Amino acid sequence: MADLLSIRDLRIEATAYPPGEPPQNIVIVDGVSLDLQKGKVLGLIGESGAGKSTVGLSAMAFGRGGVRLTGGTISLNGRDIRPLTPAALRKLRGREVTYVAQSAAAAFNPAKQLMEQVIETSVLHGVMSRAEAEARAVELFRKLGLPNPETFGNRYPHQVSGGQLQRAMTAMALCPKPDLVIFDEPTTALDVTTQIDVLAAIKEAIRDTGVAALYITHDLAVVAQVSDHIMVLRHGKMVEYGDVGQIINAPRMDYTKALVSVRGIEHEEKKPADPVLTISGVTARYRGTNFDVLKNVNVDVAPGQTLAIVGESGSGKSTLARAVTGLLNIREGEVTFAGRKLSRELKDRTRDDLRELQMIYQMADTAMNPRQTVGTIIGRPLEFYFGLKGAEKQRRIQDLLDQIEMGKGYADRYPAELSGGQKQRVCIARALAAKPRLIICDEVTSALDPLVADGILKLLLDLQKQEQVAYLFITHDLATVRAIADRIAVMYRGEVVRYGTKTEVLTPPFDDYTDLLLASVPEMRLGWLEEVIAHRKMESAGN
Amino acid sequence: MHPVLKLVVQRIALGLLLLLVVSMLIFIGVEALPGDTAQSILGQSATPQALENLRQTLGLNEPATTRYFKWLWGFLHGDFGKALTNGQDIAAAIGQRLGNTLFLASCAAVIAVPLAIILGLVAARYQARWPDKVISGITLSTISLPEFVAAYFVIYLLTQVIPIFQPVAMVFPGMSFWAKLNAVALPVIVLVLVVLAHMMRMTRAAILNVMESAYIETAELKGLSPMRVIAQHALPNAIAPIVSVVVLNLAYLVVGVVVVEVVFSYNALGQYLVDHVSKRDLPVVQAVGMIFAGVYIGLNILADVVAILANPRLRHPK
Amino acid sequence: MRRIPLSALIGMILTGGFLFCAIFAEWVAPYGYDEVLGKVWESPSSTYLLGTDTIGRDILSRLIYGARITIFVALAASILSFSLGSFLGFLAAVRGGWIDQVLSRLVDVVMSVPSLIIALVLLSVLDINLTVLIFVIGILDATRVFRLSRAVAMDIAVMDYVEAAKLRGEGQSWVIFREILPNALSPLVAEFGLRFIFAVLFISTLSFLGLGIQPPLMDWGGMVKENKDALVYGKSAALMPALAIALLAISVNLVADWVLTRTSSLKGGRGG
Repeated sequence: MADLLSIRDLRIEATAYPPGEPPQNIVIVDGVSLDLQKGKVLGLIGESGAGKSTVGLSAMAFGRGGVRLTGGTISLNGRDIRPLTPAALRKLRGREVTYVAQSAAAAFNPAKQLMEQVIETSVLHGVMSRAEAEARAVELFRKLGLPNPETFGNRYPHQVSGGQLQRAMTAMALCPKPDLVIFDEPTTALDVTTQIDVLAAIKEAIRDTGVAALYITHDLAVVAQVSDHIMVLRHGKMVEYGDVGQIINAPRMDYTKALVSVRGIEHEEKKPADPVLTISGVTARYRGTNFDVLKNVNVDVAPGQTLAIVGESGSGKSTLARAVTGLLNIREGEVTFAGRKLSRELKDRTRDDLRELQMIYQMADTAMNPRQTVGTIIGRPLEFYFGLKGAEKQRRIQDLLDQIEMGKGYADRYPAELSGGQKQRVCIARALAAKPRLIICDEVTSALDPLVADGILKLLLDLQKQEQVAYLFITHDLATVRAIADRIAVMYRGEVVRYGTKTEVLTPPFDDYTDLLLASVPEMRLGWLEEVIAHRKMESAGN
Repeated sequence: MHPVLKLVVQRIALGLLLLLVVSMLIFIGVEALPGDTAQSILGQSATPQALENLRQTLGLNEPATTRYFKWLWGFLHGDFGKALTNGQDIAAAIGQRLGNTLFLASCAAVIAVPLAIILGLVAARYQARWPDKVISGITLSTISLPEFVAAYFVIYLLTQVIPIFQPVAMVFPGMSFWAKLNAVALPVIVLVLVVLAHMMRMTRAAILNVMESAYIETAELKGLSPMRVIAQHALPNAIAPIVSVVVLNLAYLVVGVVVVEVVFSYNALGQYLVDHVSKRDLPVVQAVGMIFAGVYIGLNILADVVAILANPRLRHPK
Repeated sequence: MRRIPLSALIGMILTGGFLFCAIFAEWVAPYGYDEVLGKVWESPSSTYLLGTDTIGRDILSRLIYGARITIFVALAASILSFSLGSFLGFLAAVRGGWIDQVLSRLVDVVMSVPSLIIALVLLSVLDINLTVLIFVIGILDATRVFRLSRAVAMDIAVMDYVEAAKLRGEGQSWVIFREILPNALSPLVAEFGLRFIFAVLFISTLSFLGLGIQPPLMDWGGMVKENKDALVYGKSAALMPALAIALLAISVNLVADWVLTRTSSLKGGRGG
């Protein structure tokens, strides 16, 4: 079968403008080659900055943000599109090749109705008449599971949900009967439970229309569900390229192996003990609202152990952290810490209360003052809580840097000079400096690449062994939970729906929500998606 | 009631409240500050009796709140009182001059608005290339200039270096339309220069903001022509911010007009105000100050209302 | 490693030049500022580099002395507006609550009327002297500084690192001076430059209208007013002070622009 898309030795460059220095040329993609046949799906996987979107967009010879396609051939339907003029490229974009963006919410024009935008290219490129295009759009809406397909197109983008917009964008991409669709992280921005539905819808649509697809994502488990072949990218270079079965079950390169096994850390849970933190009957609401964001929460954390709070956005897990730290006023119930009752107001708490309860944030970028050096950031708690100064303080800073596996030179660096993982390590050191009994980890690995996140989790586990510090670990990612938790609490809409030791919580039978949640986490094996879809069809058929 | 209408009504109500507060402040500012009004009018050599008589006539002995409401009442009915300096009826004096000011401002607006939008579009289209750099460079310099400085440069250029116009703008009743235009040509040019820079920069920023949105990239990736991208996707979203910008700058014109009128000895409201400030003719200052403030606030309300009406999220609620 | 672009360099040299003239006027100016030396409205010559003014005084010398008053008043007013505005702005951002509401509404009301109109109304009642002028311009301008510093402080105050400091138990002065202020400095410094320019323009405009600096003191705006009638005869006397105003405004603008671009490209990197 002739190749639909054939890329050879692709080279993409860009210009960087570091402040105060002359512009520099950097190579973003170096020597990538791939083949794609009609009706097949190629998954492009890699961490952020690997160049996956850049390679994907090159399939329509588009360089986002001024990047230049400087070398290689991009052969679409037999002709090299790299040297084409903008006018010629406009003819094939939106017709032979279409694009589904990561954030459909931003990608739609807020001033126009959805139908208008969905059929725009089909009509303009003369693929079909307006009436035909509208009929096809409605059919696609139906296939993709959108509510009220006949009238859905009359709505404006802001009137529909994120998951629906993502499907609408898929409809927009499929409407002009393209040969190739580029899916750029289409489910990354969605909630775990919505993600599955959209993923299934996309897979079915691809199969029904027989279109070829480039599926870009950083999540190997997701890409395994939809692709026929997978290409692993790193720093703009190809690491491994093969069919999906081989990559998942028998990866050859070390990097690929690391990506595949990233969810493999297992952690033996510890035996229950007298808790260091007890949250009893806590109910809270935001000032000025009339509904509770936390309802009668009862959980506790044993010393040196980890309680994982799992839930999706809006479940109240981060709110719980704010209630414990005193940033949100509790209406009813109380929080007991190290035998003392914690005052509801932050300003009434003792210095020891504040010192022994530390917090690490999700975004390390905004969690550190950009004008302070690493040494100042880590050193401040030492000064503030223990009165350490001078050489003694410097020694302690060095000790902490060693503990987070960063070397001597880092004390004088500024946050902007560090990588994502290093920034988070500094935040961990800052929390450790206070010699806390409990650290609240608020989605601390969610913003990091899988391999980096892995490193942070391992570090946290080691530190827990060394320092006997307890963790209140907040996350939406079940794989992380398996790796780190001793006890688990599942939250949904402000309430704890399931609570117990890790084994108890993760063993069936489940309540409805936990069932849904657990079923939505993509597993790194082929055929998982089909199982889930079949399972759901059975359930709804049975109801 | 449609939520958009509710927002619009709220905004207008807020604006009227603001006008009321400003009127109080202007009144307080003028009447409650140190200095004896009667003394200032009659001078140092006035007899106590004369002072007392004047106070009675002007109603200065009444409590401040009563005076305020009397003044406000009069103002709303078009009765602005009499000038201290010459006893003239202020409303009559303002009438003619207001017309002249509006004439000058409208001529400037009619030229500046389309010019600013076109230049803003060009600068945005060719962002960072030479047309943008040239336009931005020129506007950066003109923005730094106060109105009278720009005025004198222009006058020098167009009356001495290239003698086209006269350095004084005299407009009187009975003039034909074309004669009027000729007389105000120079002040209009100056006003346009002053306002153009601000308006163009803000238009450019508004357009760039829209052009950098994700949905513009989507349109490009759909293979739409640049013309279609701008006309169908960018423009509908840019209209609201651009109109806001235009209206805000018209408000800015209100200030520029005052200085330009003085430069050209143009017989209108701005000149009237300035003259009477130095003469400390308080009723005049109150009345004219109130008019200028009212116009400025009114235009700001209009800008906000346009922004509300043009927002698709508000027009089509969930 | 810092490369200062040409425009900023020119700006800094010119601004420096003006400041020098203002401070060392007695040594720089060729003649006294009110010595009547030549004929009325003479053209520029070797004796009087920029010509003479409406009663025969040397324009260049008057410009140099005029720099002193113009810059002094503008600087005093901008220092006043800046300290008042940023202090209140920070206070409103950090304290929130009713302090924020009251101050913001007050500023909204004052800003709803053009500054020139308010100034004219106030100056029709108040004595016109240097102190009054500095206060009127300073307080009117403080409103803009308030808005900016409040916005900047609020942006920073919601950052996690500020919350982390609060959770640590840091007092309010630490939070303001060690966490918020260092990150707010750059936009504020650029703003100070812009406020200064605005004050220069404002005082010049007021003097031009006859409501600013009163004789025997004189500034550039007043000089334009004195010499404007010469334009009819083709004499460029009024243009010199106008040019000086423009030049000062543009040069400070160039420096302020450069400070602004430096900060937006840093994105939280080294303060430098």
